[in-house]
Amino acid sequence: MADKAQLIMGAVAYDPKVVVIWDGFQKYFGARDLDFDYVLFSNYEKQVEAHFRGLIHVAWNSPLAWLESERVAKAVGRRAEAIVMRDTDMDLTSIILVRADSGIRELADLKGKKVAVGASDSPQAKLIPLGFLSEKGVRPDTDFTVIVFDKLAGKHGDHIGGERDAARALMNGDADAACILDGNRLGFTREGTISSSATRILAQTPPFDHCNLTVLDRAPSSLINRFRDLLLEMSYASDEVRPLFDLEGLKRWLPGRTQGYAQLAAAVDRFGTIDSFVKGVAEQCK
Amino acid sequence: MQIDLDLGPLGFSEGGHLLIKRALRNAGAGQSITVTGTSPELEIDLRSWCRDEGHGFELQPRNGEKPARAAIVNGGAEAKRWTGAQRAGQADAALADGVVGHAPRRWGLAARGATVEGGSPEFDFHLVDKIEVWSDDAARLYAQAVAAQWDPKTAIPWDARFELDDDVEDAVVQLMTYLIENETAALIIPSRFIAQLHPHFREVMQLLAVQAADEARHIDVFTRRGLMKRDHLGLSTAGGQASLKTLVDEPEFAIASFLLSVLGEGTFLSLLWFIERYAPDPVTAAVAKLAAQDEGRHVAFGIAHLTQHLNNDSSFRPRLADSVRRRHDALQHTAGLNAEVFDALVLIAAGSWDPEDLRRGHQRVMDLTKEMDEGRQKRLRRLGFSEQEAAELSSLHTRNFM
Repeated sequence: MADKAQLIMGAVAYDPKVVVIWDGFQKYFGARDLDFDYVLFSNYEKQVEAHFRGLIHVAWNSPLAWLESERVAKAVGRRAEAIVMRDTDMDLTSIILVRADSGIRELADLKGKKVAVGASDSPQAKLIPLGFLSEKGVRPDTDFTVIVFDKLAGKHGDHIGGERDAARALMNGDADAACILDGNRLGFTREGTISSSATRILAQTPPFDHCNLTVLDRAPSSLINRFRDLLLEMSYASDEVRPLFDLEGLKRWLPGRTQGYAQLAAAVDRFGTIDSFVKGVAEQCK
Repeated sequence: MQIDLDLGPLGFSEGGHLLIKRALRNAGAGQSITVTGTSPELEIDLRSWCRDEGHGFELQPRNGEKPARAAIVNGGAEAKRWTGAQRAGQADAALADGVVGHAPRRWGLAARGATVEGGSPEFDFHLVDKIEVWSDDAARLYAQAVAAQWDPKTAIPWDARFELDDDVEDAVVQLMTYLIENETAALIIPSRFIAQLHPHFREVMQLLAVQAADEARHIDVFTRRGLMKRDHLGLSTAGGQASLKTLVDEPEFAIASFLLSVLGEGTFLSLLWFIERYAPDPVTAAVAKLAAQDEGRHVAFGIAHLTQHLNNDSSFRPRLADSVRRRHDALQHTAGLNAEVFDALVLIAAGSWDPEDLRRGHQRVMDLTKEMDEGRQKRLRRLGFSEQEAAELSSLHTRNFM
């Protein structure tokens, strides 16, 4: 079990920079009387399991891992809370790209086509856009073929390699459409993966939220409160904090909110993405 | 004042972002601007960019063919980024605050005079104090060095026709072999210190770089002269290398500079002018002359920055003296100048095997060592050593010249 005098956070090692980021924050917290350590997991499912086994107090969760945690908690009579998130975790959208010269003008035109998506467990590059299309009456695997670019399964699309491969598949004609995060369109254009003039945005999902720092009930409240307060008072003006923020991709931490996960929740309900995982962990907890 | 920016058909990633950034900068942190445009992707690009940059974003949905319109609130991240920034001195070294006494390691590679973001990484530069490295003459000497660069291909009369006795040619080859070895030490030593020197002392860094390039060229022309009529170069002795190794191993810049530039290269100046004067062929004369001109600058810089150092800290003078004594002690059981080099100098100065010429040649080499000694003493006195100290220290200088 995690030591009550020390706050233990779990994070998923989707990139070597994760160590730099949390080593930096550990030093920052240590200088402010918060004994903090972190544990890295190779995938979010192991992290969620560890959280319910009490091995960590707080989990830096993907939106899918948040839903997993929330649902396991509900199944076993516990409660999960999203305490903090990055400013950049709020109001993201996914887009469906087609080639500019394509005859695909509306969603219905995707029927019979091939749609490239990112990792199989990526909220932004698979689950949410496919859920969105289903809502609009265009069903994956029924009305169109889904080509999955499964980079680093278990990391919930944190590694953008899958999205990049999907965008490449669109550009080289292997796919007729590609689902990516809105901001990655600019990034892929800058790096030359896609050409802005050779692509067109067919559709954009409504806004949704991304990661959050999740705690479960019975977490040591004084440590959690101190952790939350220290995060929320961090300033981008600080020379100590700014390099870590730049690596982690935020300008400020904000209080967590959960209303931005409704689209993903609907999508995983529709596809049954996490049902067996949630059931399995809930049974372990009983 | 409310800023309204109309991008027209210009896309965000086609340059529209520059206009938006400028407008936000002009508005200031916490202030709002409105952006309109007809580019089809504008809303999507703006939304994701504002999110990444920490700006507030509110979209007013477009109706049909009407332009997109969004309100953006400057989140202030750019201003915050530069809150703790520092100006790294001034580009102009002549200004009072141009070159600082202690250059912070976190200024790193930034140009002197640039504004350096707080939190920049610290570089592991060892030479960060002005007193150790700086000379007000560095910029002038650098400019002079750059203007005086010569092209080995055209500056040396490689096509000159000459035939030397085999023994004289061998003597020249031996001298060239010795010069190459010494110039290699003179290339390595400043090069090593360039990597340790804080780039804030830009003019010194540049001067040391040209100094290393000078030595590279000397090695080139000495090698070419050595191989003009021979397939192989001459001899390298353990004693000669031991002497040079004490220079290469010296960890402190100011002391290495004193031993190498003031004493070593100073002595070498006399040697190169001697070789130029008694050279048996025009190519040997030319390579010695051109190298001597460059070495003069190296000596000048050594004296200039050590003078400045000693003006600020006269207690450093005994340490310089000790370094000569230590080096002498370390080398006292080595052979010193190799006999082949000494003999080669005598033969070249003699010009022939005639006994009278040889006697004269030997005397000239004796005069050379006297001239070297006088030169060293003069330079030591310029650094503030007494006549007695200068005489003692000069006498302890390595017998290997460099």
